[in-house]
Amino acid sequence: MSKRIGMEIAIAAAEAVALCRPEVIAAYPITPNTHVPEHLSDIVAEGRLDAEFICVESEHSALSACCGASGAGARTFTATSSQGLAYMSEIVPIVPAMRLPVVMIIGNRALSGPINIWNDQSDIMYQRDAGWISMFANNGQEVVDMAIQAFKIAEHKDVMLPVNLNLDGFQLTHVVEPMEMPDQKEVDAFLPPFKPLASLHPDNIVSMGTLGLPDIYNEACKARDEVLKKSRKVILEVWKEWKQKFGRSYEPVEGYKTKDAEIVLLTLGSMGETAEVAVDEMRKKGVKAGLIRLRLWRPFPFEEIRKAVKGAKVLVVLDRAVSYGGPGGPVFSEVRSALYDQPEKPFVMNQIIGLGGRDVPVVDFVKIVEKAQKALKTKPMDDYEIYGVRGS
Amino acid sequence: MNIVENFDLYAPKLTDKKEYFSPGHRACQGCGEALAIRLMCKALGKDTVIVNATGCMEVISTMYPTTAWELPWIHVAFPNSASVGAGVEAALKILRRKGKIADRDVKTVCIGGDGGTFDIGFQALSGTMERGHDVLYICFDNEAYMNTGIQRSGATPFGASTTTNPAGAASIGKSQWKKNITEIMVAHGVSYVATACHSYPVDFMTKVRKARKVKGPSFIHCMSVCPTGWRTPSSECVKVGRLIVETGVFPLYEVEDGKYRMTYQPEFLKPVELYIKKQGRFRHLTPDRIQEIQDRVTLEYRKLMDKVEGLHSWKELAD
Ligand SMILES: Cc1ncc(C[n+]2csc(CCOP(=O)(O)OP(=O)(O)O)c2C)c(N)n1
Ligand code: SF4
Ligand SMILES: [Mg+2]
Repeated sequence: MSKRIGMEIAIAAAEAVALCRPEVIAAYPITPNTHVPEHLSDIVAEGRLDAEFICVESEHSALSACCGASGAGARTFTATSSQGLAYMSEIVPIVPAMRLPVVMIIGNRALSGPINIWNDQSDIMYQRDAGWISMFANNGQEVVDMAIQAFKIAEHKDVMLPVNLNLDGFQLTHVVEPMEMPDQKEVDAFLPPFKPLASLHPDNIVSMGTLGLPDIYNEACKARDEVLKKSRKVILEVWKEWKQKFGRSYEPVEGYKTKDAEIVLLTLGSMGETAEVAVDEMRKKGVKAGLIRLRLWRPFPFEEIRKAVKGAKVLVVLDRAVSYGGPGGPVFSEVRSALYDQPEKPFVMNQIIGLGGRDVPVVDFVKIVEKAQKALKTKPMDDYEIYGVRGS
Repeated sequence: MNIVENFDLYAPKLTDKKEYFSPGHRACQGCGEALAIRLMCKALGKDTVIVNATGCMEVISTMYPTTAWELPWIHVAFPNSASVGAGVEAALKILRRKGKIADRDVKTVCIGGDGGTFDIGFQALSGTMERGHDVLYICFDNEAYMNTGIQRSGATPFGASTTTNPAGAASIGKSQWKKNITEIMVAHGVSYVATACHSYPVDFMTKVRKARKVKGPSFIHCMSVCPTGWRTPSSECVKVGRLIVETGVFPLYEVEDGKYRMTYQPEFLKPVELYIKKQGRFRHLTPDRIQEIQDRVTLEYRKLMDKVEGLHSWKELAD
């Protein structure tokens, strides 16, 4: 039976990962994800989890060791943030290319420079196109649930792709929340042991990671894109099963008061919770505001986005990363391209908020809704704005 | 399985007939690295997983959909064979403990070129050795980044001309001495460290077998002649490999738990010039530069002998 707990989310994440019985864990400390591997090493040291914990000398080696371990057929986990993820980045696209179902928790943190340990989502956006399944949690419960789901999705025989689960640094990693922690029996019943399609062992000889010349590279990329897109089906199945077994529902895109909404905010990650409060406040004032929380970032849920914004007049995409010199925040460009061909679509605007840990309280979301009200009339041509820049 | 012709005539007792590194790969003619790998595989035998860094050997052996490897093999990237190997080793350990794979020893063997070992893979190597993984690391040192076209590495010898450190009116080629990776591994407390060369196949294979048996990290530095990069005829590969040892430029020794032992000791060292003159990469060296190299080789050789024999020859030097 699940147990009701109150716990720091990073610690709970480690507990949830341990319930999945990972066999090899390789990680390197970096704020704010550090408590995840630290607590996992506690669990291993206490003898509660039989795993090989490799205290690698860098994140590059962490993900490299995960490749070796996963290639040899072990269930494999790592966790990192920001510079750590950037330091892994040579290996990041190789993991899905080799179809290694590594699970990684990312405690999202701003990329240097200037060096900054606080939260935004520039770290994962920097790795956006690598071919991983990528999803975001809004709160502690979702972190616990999604960590367990991640292994099942990654290791499904039709998927065999790595999954990264993103939780905002500090806002989530360091916050104590009440959560339901499934028990070992429930997780064992939900998550079958990892059955690799091929593994490094002399009983079954295989060459992994061979050289792809131009005559095959193209096809390899196509296959990779297809399998990532097709993973959607498995993701939805896994979420459905989760709902049946644990009662909590997960969708690629989740709406809050969107039915009759004219102004819709779209968030990714923990700011969705604050935005919800703002929507309630605006509703009290008679403004038809609503909220869409994007959970699944890759494969991108085009259809669900289109459906969710139906009827809205203005859609404000809230990004927590900048695509310097580009078309706006990364979520914005995706959403806008999802809507481009639609005969009826809302006016889409982009506010980039909460960079490097800049606090975004309810009042800012309210102000953003007010901006959207204005934009409804003026339809400004600016693509995007970095919100709340001092002195501007 | 590929069988060498006339095997029974040449090497019946020395090694396995079975080839684990098949012919038909795309190494240059007379490639010392490919020869060394073939010997390595024979000495390792079937219960082995190979982790290969990017470099000539990976590129020439696994052009999809073909592979020369008849051993389980993985390549991930250039700088990380030691860390990929750490992951493989950890996985084999726990999967065996959990009864998910056969209950027998399977050795993880990481291989990399000098670039993948001395330079870009150095941190990963140091980490894996320091953590004590049960991994054998073999560096196939051809003294430059050959795969990308003969660029300088930390292993390139003094005076060699490379494409990034070319000899010219204002340059003698590489102006620094070679990094001593073997000593660095000894300093890590690795319990078996050895040097080897494909031109001494029995010596090399004996060392591979010995290193394989070590529980924990072991390291072999295998000098591998690259006719293409060293600018020598491919037919001279084995000969040049012998000369590098016979001149004392690259002595063959092993260090077991800190104890040094020469595994092959020529009675007299041949002049370094004989070795240098065989190679186009040293073509520009003047006699005094060659003498400079000779002096260094003599000194380094003596220092090594000090370690082998105790402090004896330091005393002689002082006299
Ligand atoms: C991170 C990274 N930097 C550079 C390269 C390009 N590169 C591939 S192999 C190689 C040199 C390999 O040299 P070495 O390790 O000595 O092996 P060799 O080819 O000489 O056997 C280089 C520079 C790469 N693949 N990855
Ligand atoms: S360039 Fe040198 S090391 Fe590379 S395949 Fe050719 S001979 Fe061998
Ligand atoms: Mg080389």
